[in-house]
Amino acid sequence: MNDLRDLYQEVILDHNKRPRNFRVLPQPTHHADGVNPLCGDRVSVFLDIEEGVIRDISFQGAGCAISSASASLMTEALKGKPVNEIEHLFEAFHTVVTSNAECPKGLGKLSVLAGVRDYPSRVKCATLAWHAVRAALEQHKQPVATE
Amino acid sequence: MSALPAFTNAPAENTELDLTGIRADFPILRQRIHGKPLVYLDNAASVQKPKVVIDAISECYSSYYANIHRGVHLLSERSTMAYERTREKVRAFLNAASIQEIIFTRGTTESINLVASSFGGSTVKAGDEIVITGMEHHSNIVPWQLLCERTGAVLKAAPFTDAGELILEEYERLLNSGRVKLAAFVHISNALGTINPVKTMVDLARARSIPTLIDGAQSVAHLTVDVRDLDCDFYAFSGHKIYGPSGVGVLYGKQSLLEAMPPYQGGGDMISLVTFEKTEYADLPNKFEAGTPNIAGVIGLGAALDWLSALGLDTVAAHERLLLDYATAQLLEIPGLSIMGTAQQKAALVAFTLQGIHPHDIGTILDREGVAIRAGHHCAQPVMQRYGVPATARASFAVYNTRDEVDALVKALWKVKELFA
Ligand SMILES: Cc1ncc(COP(=O)(O)O)c(C=O)c1O
Repeated sequence: MNDLRDLYQEVILDHNKRPRNFRVLPQPTHHADGVNPLCGDRVSVFLDIEEGVIRDISFQGAGCAISSASASLMTEALKGKPVNEIEHLFEAFHTVVTSNAECPKGLGKLSVLAGVRDYPSRVKCATLAWHAVRAALEQHKQPVATE
Repeated sequence: MSALPAFTNAPAENTELDLTGIRADFPILRQRIHGKPLVYLDNAASVQKPKVVIDAISECYSSYYANIHRGVHLLSERSTMAYERTREKVRAFLNAASIQEIIFTRGTTESINLVASSFGGSTVKAGDEIVITGMEHHSNIVPWQLLCERTGAVLKAAPFTDAGELILEEYERLLNSGRVKLAAFVHISNALGTINPVKTMVDLARARSIPTLIDGAQSVAHLTVDVRDLDCDFYAFSGHKIYGPSGVGVLYGKQSLLEAMPPYQGGGDMISLVTFEKTEYADLPNKFEAGTPNIAGVIGLGAALDWLSALGLDTVAAHERLLLDYATAQLLEIPGLSIMGTAQQKAALVAFTLQGIHPHDIGTILDREGVAIRAGHHCAQPVMQRYGVPATARASFAVYNTRDEVDALVKALWKVKELFA
């Protein structure tokens, strides 16, 4: 049970129960869906980017505690950040959830997901929302991606 | 036992007595996972292998392996004999009329693709219809979708009730269009456990001269299948779900249909004469077995069928019925747990959700308790959509599972609830 607490930390359980920024942005500048084909989980992310800064960010979707909490924590971490910091942050986050390297500095609350590194099958859950954000940014000029 | 419906003719004590011997046949079951005894309840995904199967494969490679059907030397003869003996074992196991009706494939998926490509490709035209059910595994959906895309045919799915039972009248209504070229349906649903009334379904199709294919991936290890009694045209199953190795499976097909069908793949072993102008195909079953097959795998499958037949499918079914009833009763004691798939005729698997807790999290936490289950959509996304859930957790049983293991599952689920409280 103790090692499970390393994965399911209080912060994660809390963000799972009460996800932050869990809504649809009415007029996002960027939007994309991420799907985990393994489990069918789906997350939609919405970004409002102005002059290279993430003014607002939100998400919707149904997923496990790890993917929901990770999406929620990600929105908190990215809100107000310059777009060109996302990639760096994602790399640092990816390192934390996949390797035993020391936690890179500056990750803040995101580092509560470090426990995922002991559960290789769950890495995709933790990174799903991040992949969706990157996909949203790649569809640059389109104001809203529609399905 | 008291909470259970009484089973007058199911010898619970005997079954449990036998289990020690049965479990001893499975080397893998003796291990601990994260320090806890392994409780393997992911048998619908793939079942573990008895030692006789492992030994048969090992013996093939260590004492008589060679390519088959093409050597004059002794090893090739011995390999060919062992390979072909399995074909006879499969024939007997399914009660098929002839060994020419038994085709070895890579598994259920390839068996269905073979029929879609060869039978479908040669008989299905634009405007024709293929009828399936709403509870199919993706492997009995996608090959037909591909065929429909190629030909302009239309795929129709017969719906099922909230309990997970096929609505026979709807199925029959779909057969009535006069355009149906094949009815293809699952015998036992891997997502719900429903045992479909396949004999009736075949009869309804046959009355309209519609050929039938049964996806038997989940059935052959749990109940007796008699293809002549069923009178289906095709029956598909996988070795790895019947205590045999992965990478090998079977397609049963009626000889008259198989003879009329063009080959599926071209290559060695499936020809009788090749010139650059023309090729004459080999007779059944070789026409459908191009290239060097999974020789040791087929031999391993033969050993699995021997093992299972010696145990007896009636014994297996009785024991699994007890496990299902016990597990169902125990699981329903857990507040917030709902079971998806409550058909009257049901195989020994329980798909469930826990309110407010995603199946993936259940799966991870159970794993730490040594309990292996499946969490996800079980390659049956239309079924998930039918119930409006992204995924379920699924415990599925094999003959070696015990009531103690059901208890371990239930205990672990309480831990899940505790952690997420
Ligand atoms: C009902 C059903 N059909 C088909 C398959 C596909 O079997 P295979 O992956 O062995 O080809 C499965 C396996 O999960 C199944 O449960």
